[in-house]
Amino acid sequence: MNSGALFIAVFLACAVEAVEATTIVLAAGTTRDWRSALYGVGAGLITLAVIIGALGPAVSSIPLHGLRLVVGGLLLVFGLQWLRKAILRASGYKALHDETLIFQTQVREAQSAPRVGRGSVADWYSFTLSFKGVVLEGLEVAFIALTFGSNQHDVPLAAIAALAAVAVVVLAGVAVRAPLARVPENTMKFVVGVMLTSFGTFWGTEGAGASWPGSDAALLVLVPAIAVFALGIAGLLRRQRSLHLASPARVTSVSAA
Amino acid sequence: MIARIRAFGAFWYDFVVGDDWRVAAGVVVALAITYGVGRSTSTGWWIVPVAVALLLPFSLWRATRHE
Repeated sequence: MNSGALFIAVFLACAVEAVEATTIVLAAGTTRDWRSALYGVGAGLITLAVIIGALGPAVSSIPLHGLRLVVGGLLLVFGLQWLRKAILRASGYKALHDETLIFQTQVREAQSAPRVGRGSVADWYSFTLSFKGVVLEGLEVAFIALTFGSNQHDVPLAAIAALAAVAVVVLAGVAVRAPLARVPENTMKFVVGVMLTSFGTFWGTEGAGASWPGSDAALLVLVPAIAVFALGIAGLLRRQRSLHLASPARVTSVSAA
Repeated sequence: MIARIRAFGAFWYDFVVGDDWRVAAGVVVALAITYGVGRSTSTGWWIVPVAVALLLPFSLWRATRHE
């Protein structure tokens, strides 16, 4: 895996998480109280820094085979989860991840929540909403950057890719002051799911003691093979769903209702 | 206190395992078999890709079969 591929994989994965965190903070800030929401972001970033400070050296000190086995397994589970959701959305079985809708839901909930202050935080709801959004999404960003970086012995490049992704998304969010609805999030999730699954398969297998034919070049086969396989399943499910929706039995039951 | 511990556990379960625990269990089994095979020979590279090829459609089939 060269530096460019590492950068792109980490950048895309982190951008998806950053879009979700930005949507939550924007909802809290625009509808409730910007100062409290930003305090929440600050507290969330400090919490993340503490977790990364503790996790970083621990991850780096694990022997490479053990690291690849554990991290490969986790990446594979994450990747299959992402792919599963992306395929269900692409085939119409699950609603598309709609940042505008999520933003509106968050706004509705934020508007109906009572305003309670604690200490120097004027609006506790905005604070906790932003805090949770930053910590939960940030944990995934940190995990992806740390594991990809450690496996490729280039944590600084992975960290730069993660920070670049967060910076681009936050700047775009601040510029439009609205949910980043134009980001093709499901497509990005699909791509990231393919990458996590491929690298998880590769590293997990190596960590378990097996050797890939062609060594690192096996990734050049794995990534497109998993992408084609996932696209094929999405196509089949889309076809199955459209056949099901058009079936006479369903049309009759819908008409009767 | 118990509610907080439960919420903490639920968060990590959701974070690591996600929507379908069978996928996570299948990955663990596939890696364990690869490790077992790898102790005698290093040709077990195909086990995890085959597991992926089975687990993903199986999980999607379970998710869509009631529609």
